[in-house]
Formats: sequence, structure tokens, C-alpha cells
Amino acid sequence: MNFPRLGSREFLKAVRPFAGLFVVLLLFALDGELRSLFFKGSNFKMILTQTVIVAIGAMGMTMVIVSGGIDLSAGSVVALCSVVTARLIEQGHGLAAVLTFTVLAGGLAGLANGGIITTVRMMPFIVTLGMMGIARGISKWLANNQTVNPESCCGADLCRCPGFSMESVKQFMAYESPLTFFPLPDGVWLALGLAVVMAVVLRSTVFGRYVFAIGSNEDTARLCGIRVNVNKVAIYALAGAFFGLAGVMQFSRLTQGDPSVAIGLELQIIAAVVIGGASLSGGAGSIPGSVIGAFMMACLANGSGIKDWPNYMQEIIIGVVIILAVGMDKVEPFIQRLFKRQSSSN
Amino acid sequence: MPEDSSSDPALPRLRIDRVAKRFGPTIALDGVSLEVAAGEVHALIGENGAGKSTLMKVLSGAHRPDAGSLTLDGQPFEPSDPLHARKCGVAMIYQELNLAPDLSVEENILLGREPATLGWISHGERRRLAKRALEEIGQSQMPLDTPIRALTIAQQQLVEIARALVGEPRVLIMDEPTSSLTQVDTENLFGVIERMSQRGVSVIYISHFLEECQRVASRYTILRDGQSVGTGVMAEASLEQVIELMVGREIDEIYPRTSRSLGEPVLELSDVAGLVKPSCVNLTLHAGEIVGLFGLVGAGRTETLRAVFGLDRLAKGSVTVFSREATHSTPAKRLANGVGFLSENRKEEGLLLNRSVADNLTLTRLGAVTRLGFVSDSAQAATSGKWMARLDVKALSAAQSVGELSGGNQQKIAFGRLLHHDARILLLDEPTRGIDVGSKAQIYRLMNELAGQGKALVFVSSYLPELLGVCDRIGVMCRGELSEVRPVADWSEQQIILTAVGQAEPKEVAA
Repeated sequence: MNFPRLGSREFLKAVRPFAGLFVVLLLFALDGELRSLFFKGSNFKMILTQTVIVAIGAMGMTMVIVSGGIDLSAGSVVALCSVVTARLIEQGHGLAAVLTFTVLAGGLAGLANGGIITTVRMMPFIVTLGMMGIARGISKWLANNQTVNPESCCGADLCRCPGFSMESVKQFMAYESPLTFFPLPDGVWLALGLAVVMAVVLRSTVFGRYVFAIGSNEDTARLCGIRVNVNKVAIYALAGAFFGLAGVMQFSRLTQGDPSVAIGLELQIIAAVVIGGASLSGGAGSIPGSVIGAFMMACLANGSGIKDWPNYMQEIIIGVVIILAVGMDKVEPFIQRLFKRQSSSN
Repeated sequence: MPEDSSSDPALPRLRIDRVAKRFGPTIALDGVSLEVAAGEVHALIGENGAGKSTLMKVLSGAHRPDAGSLTLDGQPFEPSDPLHARKCGVAMIYQELNLAPDLSVEENILLGREPATLGWISHGERRRLAKRALEEIGQSQMPLDTPIRALTIAQQQLVEIARALVGEPRVLIMDEPTSSLTQVDTENLFGVIERMSQRGVSVIYISHFLEECQRVASRYTILRDGQSVGTGVMAEASLEQVIELMVGREIDEIYPRTSRSLGEPVLELSDVAGLVKPSCVNLTLHAGEIVGLFGLVGAGRTETLRAVFGLDRLAKGSVTVFSREATHSTPAKRLANGVGFLSENRKEEGLLLNRSVADNLTLTRLGAVTRLGFVSDSAQAATSGKWMARLDVKALSAAQSVGELSGGNQQKIAFGRLLHHDARILLLDEPTRGIDVGSKAQIYRLMNELAGQGKALVFVSSYLPELLGVCDRIGVMCRGELSEVRPVADWSEQQIILTAVGQAEPKEVAA
């Protein structure tokens, strides 16, 4: 007998986000107005650019959620890191230093989360809820409670004045030739590259398997000799680093450090991860799924924009999609049973 | 109480006719038939995995049968869910108590059927109903306002019975009701069962304590591998007959034993004590031997294994592994030293239920299936396939999630993990709990093979026959202390049990 390598249920789960996206695009294609305005290279470029921040955040969040945790501080850490980026540019650091230090700042916030969760044995929900306030507060402090606008001094290649890296950071999300699909902004390529790397890390490295094991059953993981606490700290720190990188992108998009930006972003990120097939009880989820989830939400927002639907419609639609995406988990067994009954009665 | 004796006395109260139920590839019930008369106490006997709990779930409406029929007082009985079954007069008292621990006795008895008008509970009426239910089982002295938390297990069970009686059941199903009761409480419970039977309530009494069944039941039905293999009048059946029907095979077939050669000591525990339990354990385990640990629930056997494996802290004593002192440790270090542990709770602790068979088998030694730093799916599947074939695991593929497998197959996966890890010292906590007879026999065979290869095994079990059949030496734990560990031949069953309940002075016996 020839068995499929994946169990049928696992296979269904893996393709579900893609199927969801397909359904959304199909519905869009039915509408004449959307057909002409939505399905255009230039529009997809815009959607992809809008996906970058949520997608990068979702890569970190996927790890956390698969390990059975949650990180509510994501939005605040993104805001904090956008301010950190602005301050670093102001002080005249180069692109590499700006990226490194911002990502480290995010990682530090994650390290604090993971450290408290494991050593004090507190619920991730509570610890990261606290960190949500702390990071938001620090970002306002660091920004003197206003937006930070580093001046790009000259832009010439030879220029070495403070603010010289502004242009290169802006480059991540800026795009030339708005009428064609290519060239895509650097941030899109970076997000795609990271998605591939993280997908492999989560699926095919020992660390990735441990993340799944911890989320599936922490006691079993411990019993199997996995150092649960060390791994958890690494997971939260790494996730924080991703939020830090998302902060750089946030800066690049607004070209300013805004301490009050990204409020509620954590919920968008969590929604993307959940639409992507992750379970909030841990042990299930995937990077491709989460990225598709983020992309699908951006598509919905973009499509609603084209149709000129009011903002509240978008919010309702995305809310329904979240419930549908997770509800499929409960509905599919029924459908499967129906099919089985039919096939056995035939 | 159901005094509706209008029903034809010739009709059985409950009739189960060739009921079948399967879960995926697992056949749980394969044509079970059973008849219970009004007021009869009927013992349902069978080993774990014989299908008793599935049958009960069918009766209580939690599962629907694939084939066969149920008849209650001549009417077709097709419960759609436990509440419906309860309304039809079939109530169930589960092994795990289902009471709200913070609510009072009275509140619990009427939970879900509070007498109320327009949503306001009528407290006087509730008290009256609760009192009546307790009186019916002869427990009128039970304090109504005490929270359940403050009661003993036996008292809680009586509350549960009282709760079942409020619904005026026609059939009451009791699943292993005495498993956590003392002798006195058990006698008390039998009294209650007798009372109910006199009132015309039919009782289905599930147990594998045969002596109890003989004491309380008038008729019996034996289940084996999902089939009813025998039924009759309890008083006319001999224990030997019943056991033969339950097990369905000769004893020698179940416990194979090939010659083993005793090697070096590999694990030495001296004066080991945990934070609460155990209090004093001395044990030397040699390569190529199986040492059994018997004891009552709570004697400290599991705690001993956990402490040795580094899952719990040790308070004092020393542990020597392969002649190297390594008292304080972690599971990671123990595994690195070749010590493996099989948890008694495979669902809560032993397995990643929503992960694949392959992940579960290879988790402790992913290095073996890693290629160039990446876990290789194909290597993992190949390795898992090998162990699945070796252990005769019934699963669709190595990618199937473990939660979908039957208990026996799950246990084989948990055991298989130790084999993949190539553990040389295996600490096995109730490795045969809750699995079918066939799987049990395979696990015994496997243990025998491992000992033959020079591995050392500690086998914790509450089932004496398997310890006597499999082990080279046996030690008995009582209140956190381990007795002298002696060869099987030096123990009699009675001695072991007396030691376990603390009635024998082990040192005196040894002298």
C-alpha cells in the first residue's frame, strides 16, 4: 500500500491558508471593478509592501505561538524600535549599525519576556502584557513624547554628516516606478528571504522541532531531555529581534520614529499567524501559513479600499475571516465524516 | 424511584444486542451482547482495553454504535448525548469523579437540575430533594453544606451516587467504583448498591477485581477484545474459568522468558529520598535484569523513578549510574548517559499527542535523523518505519499524529522512543496500563528481549501477575520506603501484598 507522507488531516491543514487566499482572490475576480484595479502588478507591489511589517512580525510570533506562548508586546516593541532607529540615524550611525542595534533592542525586550516567563514561571500573556506597556512607555520617553524626524542631511554618497544613513533606511519600503511590479522594494525581498530561512529553521532544524515539541506538550518535552527554559528564552528573544526588524521597516515606511505607532499591531500579527493555521494552544503552525495570512489581510484591506468601502467594513470582514479560518478546524471533521458516510454507503 | 412495574417483567430492563464500534483502524467493540434485568446487579468484567469503557460510552450516549441495537424496557434506546441518556434513565458514575469541588454537597447533588421558578432557585425544595436522595442510599448523616473538597473520596463517590439517583435512573453504571476506596468504604458502597437493587434499579458494575464482582453481582458478562465471550450466573462461575475467559490464552504465552546473564551493576541508589516521597530507597540494578517495583497507589514508586531520572529534586541519598556518581541530574543529562524513562501518563506527559509518530519516536535523539544540520523528513520516516515494524504499531504512516492511535499503539510509540534512544537503563512506569492484552504481551516480550541484550530495566506496576511473570527480582514500596529487593522465587504473592500494605516487617522476613 502506498501511504501519503502526510496524514490527510495534516495535509488539509497545511494547504488551508493557501486555499483561503485563493478563495479571496477568486471572489475579487468576480467583481468587475476589482478585476481591473486589483489584479495589477503595481497594486500587488503595494500590497506586498504593506504586508512587510506584519509578515516580519508574524515570523517571530509564529515561533512564540507554536511553542504554546503569546507575545502581546509586539506592537509596542515595533514602535520602540522605530524610535530607536530614528535616534540611531540621528546620531550618525551607518546602515549596518542601525539594523544591528535596533534588532538587538527588540531582542532585548524579548529576552526580558522570556527570562521572566521561565524564571518566575509567569503566564506569557501577563508578562508580555506588562512588556507592552513598558516598551510603549520607553519608546515615548526615548522620543520625548513626540515623533523623531532625523534629517537626511544631503543624500550624496560621500556625505558623512549625522543622518547620512536616512536614505538607505528609507530605501527598504520606498519604491520607484509605481506603475510596474518590478523592481520590488528591498523590504519585500528581505521579508521573503527571511520567510524562507525561518520556514526551514522551524520545520527542519532540531531547534524548530523542539519549538513544536514544547508547544505540543511541555512536560513531554522536558521528559525527552529538551531544555525547555533555555529554548523558551531563545524563542522570545528571537521573536523580539523580528519585532525589532519590523520596527526598522516601520520607520522606513513613515520615515520617522513614532512612539505612538503600531498600536494594536500585535493583534494583526496574531491574526495573521492564526489565519495561517497556528493553534493558540501550541504545537501547530507554519511560517508560510503565517506569511500568507498576513498577505491575505493586506489583500482584503486593499480590495476594500478599491471598492471604497468604509474602514468599518474592512474591520468586519477581517474579523469574519479570522473566525472562519479557525472555525474550519471544527467544521472540517464534520465534512470529512459526511464524505466518509457517503463513500461507505455507496 | 422507578416503580413503574407496568413494564413486562419478562422483558429485560436493558438489552444490548450485537453492538459494534470502531475508531479508524481500531475495532473497539465487535458484537457485544448483554442483558440486564430490573433490579439486577450485573458485573461487566474484562481487562483494560477489552472494550468496557467504549461500551459504557455507547450506553451513556458519548459514542454512537456503528451496528447493533440498544433496548431499554422494550423501547429502542438511542441516546444522542450523556444528558439525553440521563433523561432516559441511564446514569453513569465515572472512574474520575465529576463533582464541582467548591460547591456544597447539596448544590452538587442537584447540579444541573436545580428546582427553580423563573430562574430563582428554590432553596427549600433543593434541600428537601438532596436530603431525600441521601436518605435513599442510607447517608442521611452527610452534611449538606460542606464543600465537596472537604470530603473523602468515598464520601464524594456517595454524593455522586446520590446525584445520579435524583434523576430516578433505571440503570446505573458504575465504572471501577472501588479503585480508590478503603475496605470499610467498599463494604459501605456494596450496601448502597444492594439498596438500589432492591428498589428496582439495575446496576452495571464494572471492575477487574473479581472477588468484588463475586460479592456484589448476581450475573456477569466477560468482554475480551471487544467481544462478549461469556455470560452467566456469578455464583456458579469459578475464578479460574473467568480468568481464562478474560485473558483468552495460556499464561506461558504471555510471559516469555529466555535466559539472561547478569552483568555489572549499572544503577545504584543508596538512601535516596525525594522532597516528599520516597523516603528511603536502596536498589542496585544490574545489566541484563528486570527489577519489579510493586506497591499501592501513592507508595512512592513513580516519585522514585522521577527523582532518579532528574525530573524531581532529590532531598538526600546518592545515585550512581554506570559506576559514576551522578546524584543530581536533569532529564537531558540522564538521557545522554543512556537512562530512559517511560511515563505512566502517556497522554498527559509521555507523548506529543498532536505531533506525528515520527516526531514522537525520534525526539530524544534527533541527531540520528539529521543530515547536514537539518532534520531529514525521509530519514525520520525511514527510522520510524523501522521501529513501527519492529513494534508492530498499527498506524496509517509515520506522519499520522499519535493522538489518533489506540492506547496500545500509543504506548508502543512511547516505548519505541526509548529503543530509538538506545537507552541502556530503562525506567518503566506502568508500561502496560490501559492497553489491550495483545499489546501487553508484546511489551512483555520486548522487555524480555531487552534484558537478554544486557539492558537493565526497572518495571513499576500495580498488577502483581505481570511483575511475577516478567521480573527477575521484586521490591515492594510502602509509604515511601523500598523493601529488600529479592528474587521472584523468594516472594509469595501474599507476602508481597502484606509488605505493600505495611503488615509485614520486611527485615524480619529476610532474617
